[in-house]
Amino acid sequence: MDKILVSILGLLSILFTYWFFFMKKQNTVEASGSINILVEGGYKPDRISIPFGQTTKLVFERKDSNSCLEEVVLADFKIKKALPMNEKVIVEITPDKKGEFDFSCAMGMFHGKLIIR
Amino acid sequence: MTTKRTFYIKGMYCASCVYSNEKALKAIKGVKEAVVNLNTGKATITAAMPITNDVIKKAVESVGYEAMIGATDKEDSLDEKIKKEKTKELKNLQIKTSVSLILAGLVVWGSSPGLMNTAPMILKNMVNHLILASIVQFWGAYDFYKAAISSIKHRLANMDTLVVIGTTVAYLYSAAVVFYPGFFESLNLKAEPYFDVSTVIIGLILLGRFFEAKAKAGTGEAIKKLIGLQAKTARIVRNGKEIDIAIEEVKLGDVIRVRPGEKIPVDGIIIEGDSAIDESMVTGESMPTDKHKGDTVIGATINKSGSFLYKATKVGKDTMLAQIIKLVEEAQGSKAPIQRLADVISSYFVPIVLMLAIATFAGWYVFGPAPVFIHAMLNAIAVLIIACPCAMGLATPTAIMVGTGIGAEHGVLIKDAESLETAHKVKTIVFDKTGTLTKGQPEVTDIIIKSKVKNQKSKLQLKSQNEILQLAGSIEKFSEHPLGEAIVKKAEESKLSFRKVERFKSITGKGVEGLVNGKKIYVGKLLQGSKSHSGGEDLKNQGKTVVYVYIDNKLTGLIAIADTIKDTAVEAVKSLKDAGIEVYMITGDNKQTAEAIGKQLGIKRENILAEVLPEEKEKKVKELKSNIQDLRSKIAFVGDGINDAPALAASDVGIAMGSGTDVAIEASGITLVNKNLMSVVSAIKLSRQTMKTIKLNLFWAFAYNVLLIPVAMAGKINPIFASAAMAMSSISVVTNSLLLKKQKI
Repeated sequence: MDKILVSILGLLSILFTYWFFFMKKQNTVEASGSINILVEGGYKPDRISIPFGQTTKLVFERKDSNSCLEEVVLADFKIKKALPMNEKVIVEITPDKKGEFDFSCAMGMFHGKLIIR
Repeated sequence: MTTKRTFYIKGMYCASCVYSNEKALKAIKGVKEAVVNLNTGKATITAAMPITNDVIKKAVESVGYEAMIGATDKEDSLDEKIKKEKTKELKNLQIKTSVSLILAGLVVWGSSPGLMNTAPMILKNMVNHLILASIVQFWGAYDFYKAAISSIKHRLANMDTLVVIGTTVAYLYSAAVVFYPGFFESLNLKAEPYFDVSTVIIGLILLGRFFEAKAKAGTGEAIKKLIGLQAKTARIVRNGKEIDIAIEEVKLGDVIRVRPGEKIPVDGIIIEGDSAIDESMVTGESMPTDKHKGDTVIGATINKSGSFLYKATKVGKDTMLAQIIKLVEEAQGSKAPIQRLADVISSYFVPIVLMLAIATFAGWYVFGPAPVFIHAMLNAIAVLIIACPCAMGLATPTAIMVGTGIGAEHGVLIKDAESLETAHKVKTIVFDKTGTLTKGQPEVTDIIIKSKVKNQKSKLQLKSQNEILQLAGSIEKFSEHPLGEAIVKKAEESKLSFRKVERFKSITGKGVEGLVNGKKIYVGKLLQGSKSHSGGEDLKNQGKTVVYVYIDNKLTGLIAIADTIKDTAVEAVKSLKDAGIEVYMITGDNKQTAEAIGKQLGIKRENILAEVLPEEKEKKVKELKSNIQDLRSKIAFVGDGINDAPALAASDVGIAMGSGTDVAIEASGITLVNKNLMSVVSAIKLSRQTMKTIKLNLFWAFAYNVLLIPVAMAGKINPIFASAAMAMSSISVVTNSLLLKKQKI
């Protein structure tokens, strides 16, 4: 009896895990000129739409002591910035290409997306 | 009346911050000049009228920064802040690691079957275990909890999530056993806590993090070293007086005095004096370079012998060192294509491991041997703990950091990780000849005295080659022809004094003539009517230009002039061939000259592309590229970066040889700061070794996870062993990257 219960609960937990981590709603935030990005257990917002050809300031502020997040990498723009705790760090980009570009922590554990439109 | 104001700007972290602040400050009405320095955070404005604080503050605020007027002390720079934070973090980690490991040791001593008997009573008490384990769980692993919780809020999972879930399950189960042993006994379970599992795992993972943090600090050393090279002050000459000023205040055109043993503050051109300069820290060139009036000097290099004055031509972010730092920083911020796959996998990895752990629990509970709950729990914990996504995440970036850093130390500047990756696949290298393989300046290579010249009666006793050179040099001193310059230079190098020349005449298209001691001397092409000289034909076959010297209309000697190959060219070509690379040479020279040079260099005849016009080089490179059958093998072009830009861009990896102090060459993927051709070999070797390290790292990181997770699921791994293996795997990846430093390139 308990074995059946554990099997069912196990299956449900797996489904829940899948839903919880992989079926997130993707919210895209539009940035114009400047946008604040909170770095705490990830990036908030993590999908940012910015206009093509215009200089946009991404203001990162890290509130999380996890060493994974101590650097942010915008590889397509060749930018790697150290983020000291509780400091606003400004990254200025002027996109010259359209599309979706990933940004992540230095170890590639946390991800965000820049959508250039 | 002009006024000057100096203040600090808070929040600047990049070169573009400087630009926007300067722009905003210059836009203030009345401001003539605005200079903002990133390193010091200092801004100085020069204005035609007094500017109020409010106006300055507003202008700076408008671009998103804060002006601190009247502040005497600048705030800590970003680097200092990070350094402080890192030191604090390491210290903190060290304390937590040692305390957690000691407490874990005590728990193990008091609970493991064999050791238990030797432990004092107090350590055998389960309640005391609970107290010790709680300290480790909630103080030692506090940061894991914090990170895991903030990720979960974003519906994300990472390493910390796995550690937290694994250890919390063990801890909570054990705590329940301590409080309600009767309940477990009624279920036919031995009332045995697993505090040793939770505490040892946390202790070992903290230990792993500690070593990882220490090792990671080593990967970023190169940039720190480069920044540390910069001079702090400069001694400038103003109004006839020499004064010391901060390096940030040096302006274009300032005249700077450098004494022996001193560091050269910024880039510039010598206007007075000579010296030997050690440029190894910037160019990687080990021998000091002799510099004279008119030569370029590089900031951050060290003046060895003489004292000289020079004019600053590049300051601040334009200096060669600043450009190098920027280039290395950019390269380290870029991503190698090989990393993309690891990135994709690591972003799905943790949730998948969570699902596998749940499946492991259920599987062991349903099919496993009794006591099912204990087996199910311990094996699920082992799965959670052994998974190490960090090793995958660290595999590429750490190697790229170390690789680009080593490159910079050797004068090999890599633009981005992609160029570094592509360079290891290079199987064909095309060299531009003039200025790359050769010195680019004609030099006298041979002097032949025509035999059987017995001019006993002449006052000009032709005894030696030096005399031919002296005569030719005396005449050519009046000519402006490049070949003439080569003869004059050779005569000067041989320390010959020039004779007095009368009635100098230049015969266009032929040569020059004049009278020396009443004798008519002609230097130039073979004169009509005189027989060609066999030695001259030989020299021509070697690709050299031959100049004939006549005394009183009699052919007396021959001087051969050629663009000579660089000292390192033969060795470099050989090393590249040994490394399995096909070497080509491209030149505008005629076939004969090109083949002669190619022969000296050891380049195959069919690999010599002669008579190629400058604008056709790009086409030739594309042609070669399309001829390559193997799609994985790549082609590199080595040129000077200015005239060869299209060819550099057309190749897979453009390698620009150093020219002056400009290193940010747009068309090239790799820029060599020095003129040493062995640097091309270094660049290729560096790329191959870095890629080898990356592949090894990725292989271990993947193999480790792919192999050990199933083993853990099968119940073959003890959770404590799992935590030790996990800690080792990320340390080994970082250490392997650091080993790159030991490689010879």
